Amino acid sequence: MMNALGTPACLLLLGGTSDIALAVARRYRSEGTALTVVLAARPGERRDRAVAELRQSGCTVEVRDFDARRTDTHSDVIASIERDVDVAVVAFGLLGDPESAWTDVETARELAEVNYVGAVTTGVALAARVRAQGHGVIVALSSVAGERPRRSNFVYGSTKAGMDAFYTGLGEALREHGGRVVVVRPGFVRSKMTEGLDAAPMAVTPDEVAAAIVDAVRSGREQVWVPRAMRVVMSGLRHLPRPLFRRLPI
Amino acid sequence: MTYDPGLSGWGGAPRSTPAARVRATDLDAIRRVLAGAGRRGVTLRGLGRSYGDASLNAGGTVLEMPALDGTFVLHDDGRLTVSAGHSLDTILRRILPHGWWLPVVPGTRQVTVGGAIAADVHGKNHHVDGTFGAHVESLRLVLADGDLVEVSPTQDPELFWATVGGMGLTGVIVEATLRLHRVETSYFLVDTDRTDDVHGLLDLIDAHGDEHRYSVAWFDTATTGARLGRAVLTAGDSAPVSALDPERRRDPLAFDAPTLGKVPLTPPLSLVNRWTARAFNELWYRKAPASRRGEVQDITQFFHPLDLVDDWNRVYGPAGFVQYQAVVPDRESLVELVERIGTSDHVSSLNVLKRFGAANPSPLSFPMPGLTLAADFPIRPGLGALLADLDAIVTAAGGRLYLAKDARTDAATLAAGYPRLDDFRAVRSRVGADRVFTSDLARRLEL
Ligand SMILES: Cc1cc2nc3c(=O)[nH]c(=O)nc-3n(C[C@H](O)[C@H](O)[C@H](O)COP(=O)(O)OP(=O)(O)OC[C@H]3O[C@@H](n4cnc5c(N)ncnc54)[C@H](O)[C@@H]3O)c2cc1C
Ligand SMILES: NC(=O)c1ccc[n+]([C@@H]2O[C@H](COP(=O)([O-])OP(=O)(O)OC[C@H]3O[C@@H](n4cnc5c(N)ncnc54)[C@H](OP(=O)(O)O)[C@@H]3O)[C@@H](O)[C@H]2O)c1
Repeated sequence: MMNALGTPACLLLLGGTSDIALAVARRYRSEGTALTVVLAARPGERRDRAVAELRQSGCTVEVRDFDARRTDTHSDVIASIERDVDVAVVAFGLLGDPESAWTDVETARELAEVNYVGAVTTGVALAARVRAQGHGVIVALSSVAGERPRRSNFVYGSTKAGMDAFYTGLGEALREHGGRVVVVRPGFVRSKMTEGLDAAPMAVTPDEVAAAIVDAVRSGREQVWVPRAMRVVMSGLRHLPRPLFRRLPI
Repeated sequence: MTYDPGLSGWGGAPRSTPAARVRATDLDAIRRVLAGAGRRGVTLRGLGRSYGDASLNAGGTVLEMPALDGTFVLHDDGRLTVSAGHSLDTILRRILPHGWWLPVVPGTRQVTVGGAIAADVHGKNHHVDGTFGAHVESLRLVLADGDLVEVSPTQDPELFWATVGGMGLTGVIVEATLRLHRVETSYFLVDTDRTDDVHGLLDLIDAHGDEHRYSVAWFDTATTGARLGRAVLTAGDSAPVSALDPERRRDPLAFDAPTLGKVPLTPPLSLVNRWTARAFNELWYRKAPASRRGEVQDITQFFHPLDLVDDWNRVYGPAGFVQYQAVVPDRESLVELVERIGTSDHVSSLNVLKRFGAANPSPLSFPMPGLTLAADFPIRPGLGALLADLDAIVTAAGGRLYLAKDARTDAATLAAGYPRLDDFRAVRSRVGADRVFTSDLARRLEL
C-alpha cells in the first residue's frame, strides 16, 4: 500500500533498465521505508546491473522477463506479481534512427510496436490490476515530442502522441476505481537513450525527471512537464503557424 | 459517471476508495457482508478517528459500525453493556448524571467503543488504570464464519486479547461490557507546571508523575536551542463536590464540554507552517501559568482542549498530516527523538508526552512501560526521511509505534516493536479471520 506520504511499498518498473525508471526507484528508496521493486525488463547484462544496484541500495528486487513487443505476455507478467502494485512506471521506449524510422518499414514497425502497441497492451493489463486492487498509480513516460510532430523525429513523436492519448484517457477511466494515471512529458533527458546526441535547450537529467514524478504521485497531479517551463514552451509551439514552426532549429 | 474521492482517516492521508460501503444495521447485515466478502475482504470502521489507514480498504468492503440495535444497559454495580457503535461522547452524556465516568478517555470523545477496544486506546491515566481493554469485562464478537461468540479474559483469553488492540482483524465487535468509574462531579482538580526544557519536564515526571490519576505534558519542538522541549505539565484528579464553587455545586455532574465551532472549509493550502507552528507553540506555552495548584477545570479544558474546534484537522489543508506516536522505554531515547525533531526543518505544532504504566497481555496493544511521544507533522517533501530516522531511534531503543496513528512506516519496523505479532497471526488464522478481515493498514504492514 502507498503510505500517507505518497511513498509506495511496491514499485513496478516496466522497461526497468531505463535510466529514468531507476532514478525513480532511488528516489523512493531514499524516503527511508522498505521498498520492493519489481523490475520487468528484457534479460541481459543491463538488467543484471540494475538489479545489483537496487539491491545494493537496500531494495528488495523481484525480476520479470518483459519484452514490449511480446504483447501476448503482458497480462501474465503483471498478474504474476503477488503484492499490491502501488506505483507502476511505464518506461520502456525507443528513440530509433529518425531517418530510417520513416523510410524503413521494419524500423517504423518496431517503434510503433514498442512505444505505442506495447504501451497500450501493458496499460490494459495494468488497468485490470488497478481495478482489482481499488488503488494504484500508473506513471506513463510520454514526451514533448508527441505534442507537435516535427520533421526531425515525427515517427517517434507519433508513437508518443498515441500513448499519451491512451494514458490520458485511461486516467479518466480509472478514477472511479481508485486509480490514477500520471502522464509525464519530458523534453530532452540526458539518458542512455540520447547518448551521443547534442543536448537540446532545457535538457534535464533522469533524476530531475524522477523528482517530478515523485512529486506528481504524491500531490495527485495527472500531467507534468519536465522541466516545468516546458509546458509553456510547448503550448507556444503548438500554436505557432506551420511555416514559422518549420524554420525553427528543432 | 460519479467520482468517489474515497475515504481517509483523521490525518486526511492516505485516501482510499472501497468497492462498497455498507452500514452494519443488524447482525444479519453483518453476516451477509462477511459471507459475501470478496478477495479484498472486509474492513470495520467506527468514527474514522484513527489517523492513518486502519479503517480503509481499497477495492474491498468497508463495514461501518453505527450503534447497532442500540443496547445500552447501565447495571447498578457500575458495569455498562453497550453495542459497539456507541461513541464515548454519547456514553459519557448518559452515564455522568448517574455519577459514572469512563475508565479510559482518549484525546477525543468522538470514537466508538469498537474502535476504542480495537486500538486498545489509552488516556491520561494510563500509568494508573492501564488501557481501555483492561476495563472490558467481556465482549461479543462476530467471527468470519458468522458465529457470534462471547470472549473475556477468562473465556478464550487468547481471542479476547487478540481482539483488544487487534485493529478489527479478528472479528466484528458488536457489544461490550465495561466497568465504569465512580465520580462525584464532572470536573477535575488540576495542577499545572511549566518547565524550561525537555530535561526539566522529565525530571518533573520522574519526581511527581504518580501523584495524580491523570497526567500529560505538552512540549515544544519548534523552539530550538537550550529551550528545546520546554513544556507544560498538567496533572489532576476527579474533583469532589466540596471543591466546586456554589454555582457548579448546583449541578456537579453537568456535562460541561463547550466547543467554539467548526473549521468551515478545507483551506486550499495547509495553514500550518513553520511560522504558524512556532506561534502556536509560543501561545500554548505562554498561556500556561508557571505553576498553579488545584484549579477546577471542565471536561473540554482538561481532556479535550482540541475539541474546542470541531474538525480541526482541516487546517492542514488537502495534503493532510501525519501524527507520529511512539513509546520508548528510556529517557535518553526520548530526548534523542525530541532533538532529532528539533533539528529537522519539519515543525510539529502539537506534541504530547506521557509516561505509560504496565502493558497488558494483548500482543498488539501499544502502551508499554516507558515514555510516549506524539507529534503532528504537515505532509511535505523530506518528511519520510525524518520519520524513518525517528523509527530507527525507536527500534534501537526497543520501543514501538502506535497502529491507530501510523500511516507511513513499513512492515519490518512495525514488527520489530511487536515481538508477539506471530501470536496474533496464529489466533487470527485459528478463527479464520485472515480470510475475511483486512485493511489497508494490514496490507501495508503485513499484519
Ligand atoms: C484528536 C484525536 C485524539 C486522540 N487521542 C488519543 C489518545 O489520547 N489515546 C489513544 O489511544 N488514541 C487516541 N486517538 C486515536 C483514537 O482513539 C483511535 O484511533 C480509535 O480507534 C478511533 O476509534 P473510531 O471509532 O474512530 O475507529 P476507526 O478509526 O473507525 O477504526 C479504528 C480501528 O478500529 C477497528 N474497529 C472499529 N470498529 C470496530 C468494531 N466494531 N469491531 C472491531 N474493530 C473495529 C477498525 O477496523 C480500525 O482498525 C485520538 C484520535 C484523535 C482524532
Ligand atoms: N531520454 C529522453 O530524452 C526522453 C525524453 C522524453 C521521453 N522519454 C521517454 O522516457 C522513457 C525512458 O527513457 P530513458 O530516458 O530512461 O531512456 P533509456 O534509459 O534508454 O530507457 C528506455 C528503456 O526501454 C527499454 N526497451 C527498449 N525496447 C524494449 C522492448 N522491446 N521491451 C522492453 N524494454 C525495451 C530499454 O531496455 P533494454 O534495452 O535494456 O531492454 C531501455 O532501458 C522512454 O519511454 C522514453 O521514450 C525519454
